[in-house]
Amino acid sequence: MLRYTIRRLIQLVGVVLVLSLLLFAWLRALPGGPVSALLGERSTPESREALTKLLGLDQPIIVQYFKFLGRAASGDFGTSLGVQQGDSAMEIFLQRFPATIELSALAIVIAIALGIPLGYLAAKRRGGWFDNVSVAGSLIGVAVPVFFLAYVLKDVLSSVLGLPTEGRQDAINATRVTGFFVFDGVITGEWDAALNALEHLILPAIALSTIPFAVVFRITRAAVLDVLDEDFVRTAESKGLTAPVIRRRHVLRNAMLPVVTTIGLQTGALLAGAVLTEKVFSFAGVGQALAIGFERRDYPVLLVLIIMATVVYVVVNLLVDLSYALIDPRIRTR
Amino acid sequence: MAHSRTARRRRWTAAIGLTGVAALALSACVQSNRGEESGSGKVGGTLTFGAAGAPKGFDPFYATDGETFRVSRQMYEGLVGFKPGTAEVEAALATKWEPSTDGRTWTFTLKENVKFHDGTPFNAEAVCFNFNRWFNQKGAGQSEAVSQYWLDNFGGFADTPDKPSLFKSCAAKDPKTAVVELTKATSQFPSVLGFPSFSMSSPEALKKYEADNVVQVGESITYPPYANEHPTGTGPFKFSKFDKANNVVEIVRNEDYHGTKAKLDKVVFRIIPDETARKQALKAGDIDGYDLPNAADWAGLKSDGFDVKVRPAFNVLYLGINQLNNPKLQDLRVRQALMYAINREQLVKSQLPEGATVASQFMPPLVDGYDDKLTPVKFDTERAKSLLAEAGASDLTLKFYWPTEVTRPYMPSPKDLYGAIAGDLEKAGIKLEPTSKPWNGGYLTDVDQGVPDLFMLGWTGDNGTPQNWIGTFFGRTDNRFNTGKSPWGKELADKLAAANAEPDEVKRSALYKELNKKIVEEYLPAVPISHSPPALVFKKEIQGVTPSPLTDERFGSATKG
Repeated sequence: MLRYTIRRLIQLVGVVLVLSLLLFAWLRALPGGPVSALLGERSTPESREALTKLLGLDQPIIVQYFKFLGRAASGDFGTSLGVQQGDSAMEIFLQRFPATIELSALAIVIAIALGIPLGYLAAKRRGGWFDNVSVAGSLIGVAVPVFFLAYVLKDVLSSVLGLPTEGRQDAINATRVTGFFVFDGVITGEWDAALNALEHLILPAIALSTIPFAVVFRITRAAVLDVLDEDFVRTAESKGLTAPVIRRRHVLRNAMLPVVTTIGLQTGALLAGAVLTEKVFSFAGVGQALAIGFERRDYPVLLVLIIMATVVYVVVNLLVDLSYALIDPRIRTR
Repeated sequence: MAHSRTARRRRWTAAIGLTGVAALALSACVQSNRGEESGSGKVGGTLTFGAAGAPKGFDPFYATDGETFRVSRQMYEGLVGFKPGTAEVEAALATKWEPSTDGRTWTFTLKENVKFHDGTPFNAEAVCFNFNRWFNQKGAGQSEAVSQYWLDNFGGFADTPDKPSLFKSCAAKDPKTAVVELTKATSQFPSVLGFPSFSMSSPEALKKYEADNVVQVGESITYPPYANEHPTGTGPFKFSKFDKANNVVEIVRNEDYHGTKAKLDKVVFRIIPDETARKQALKAGDIDGYDLPNAADWAGLKSDGFDVKVRPAFNVLYLGINQLNNPKLQDLRVRQALMYAINREQLVKSQLPEGATVASQFMPPLVDGYDDKLTPVKFDTERAKSLLAEAGASDLTLKFYWPTEVTRPYMPSPKDLYGAIAGDLEKAGIKLEPTSKPWNGGYLTDVDQGVPDLFMLGWTGDNGTPQNWIGTFFGRTDNRFNTGKSPWGKELADKLAAANAEPDEVKRSALYKELNKKIVEEYLPAVPISHSPPALVFKKEIQGVTPSPLTDERFGSATKG
């Protein structure tokens, strides 16, 4: 198990190196760049030349890349050229990462809390009205673009529920400890601040949870249907075991493996949804920084965010793989 | 309202708690303070403004963008300011100023009993300290990305003899008299000193917080503590905090302000980059106002009870013509044909907000040197066709670029404007090869590199001097229009330089008027299209903000409730 984990982590370093090189080349191949984004209408041939030189963009890409690697080795990933000019790109990631984690965590909790029970119920009542309605609902969940849903949620729900439509928290004096606003409020005893941050999370989390909810629901339903047809379930029923015991011990436990895999993959994929959700809800997370970074061609920030997102994604999937072993003893013995 | 909103939110918060987020149960017993943060009445309260982007620090000298200037304007003041709602220069920290006859020596008489936010006195010494600080920038402090406004308006620095500076010296004659020497006369003085970039900072704070310590490591530029945490001006508001994790900037009333104190306790800038999100936040009551509402939303916002404050138009949209790749465009008749072909009246009526006008020249009426006798030529497709035939360009094919993913105050909807212009040009028999690219994703780069023959662009002025307008566009020959390709390109640049150096205001104005006429009638490097009034929007309870053509809205006079 330990050797397996170490091997996976070494693979991760390789992945990051290759990715950073590809990303570096790709970003610079994109039309436009930070120079025109920074100068806008005011640019002159001289100012463009001076700024290109200042940012080192006049050098061959490979030279730029190795310089970047050299600095990155000492922890310097460059400073932002557009998202928050002058701030270190890594600082921007560290500041915004907790926001995205808070949002994604709540979205995943909503997806799991609704997806698994509804998926199970739909499978149990296969072909019934509940099954048909929830399958149709999950299809809509996958099909409706996140940003559209986000705008609708804001327009409709914010006025009905009185929930805030943007930002992470009101402009209140709150103590920052970890950067996780809800958690910070709890540990410092600033309950108002914690609640306020939580209120700001609700609408974006609902918007962000729709796709993972739909996927978790469908996978759960399919997996439960498969298990329900298995001989051992019939055996358990004929032995006279009670429904809750069969559900817990036999059906759900066996059906969970693909569901856990899905949750892991969905957690990684949440970042894609977070870009749009955070943009619409002006939520200062990694997704919003990515959106602004692309708009303004903020190379250093884009590099750090995408590399760090990859690291997180790979680590989450590693954790999912390791959790298999806990769920399925057969994997442990392989 | 606030109470019922809070109560409703409580209920729903608790309901959503059933999804398994146990922490939500807190909502039942904790009283949120949303909706109670602002006082009522004319004094006190918090104005929450939706900003489109994060400020790049708080040292206005290093600022280059509107969002940074917006925050700086509330905390800093310059020697001169602008009369609210106009581009007219008025007294600020200087009560009066006197130029020498040659326009090179300026004597400023300063307001007395003014203190910086750190309690240190504002006087002639402080004025010279600021000028010398700007002039003596070193290293990264001299770069275009850092000191753009100095480079644009004053030229070089103390140690760049190859790049002369407009600034020569500053002397403190006595505590309330500062004498600034220039190397040449310029029409830009003294109004350039009204730019936020040239606001006065506390010399003590500049030294203490290493204001000039702008460092470049590799491609990175980092700013010192002065710019990030300790901005110290003389304005009606003082810096409080920038909560980056929450995207919120907060400034508070300066109780020791030398003029009429601000009515508001606080101004909070919430950074909401998405325009639709800003609109929704205003409607939801999360913010009190925001800048540049989409012109298509004005009517809706008004009918929802919001106050849409329209600024005087201080911009120009033009159809850029690049003479670089297509020799036919070097023929004046072809360029005139483009102007006759476009139905600008119709375009303004159908595509631009109320109050927009057809541009007869490359500057709006508020700018000194505007020629009010010039009238836009009438739309005439037949005349356009015959001009093209005369020039032997009936088969003209042009690469026409337009930008996506952007709105500018002078160009609210590039796609629709392109459609209108392209339709008119095609009616005159001009074949177009259209290309659209994202503003920062290739459009500006291609325009700067001279790829398109025709492009849409414009300008929002910094001040009311013509040098800031036609001087910027045509004051050099390697500009976006490549006027150097025409024999008149250099002549125009030289005439602009001569007009700018004329110290006599009346003569200077006359020279610029004459140039405006020449540019449109004899040179026509591009086609001026329109001037559009941009707007800000506020809740009705926000009073006392005067919309400014220079976006120089000061919140010191604002009240809430």
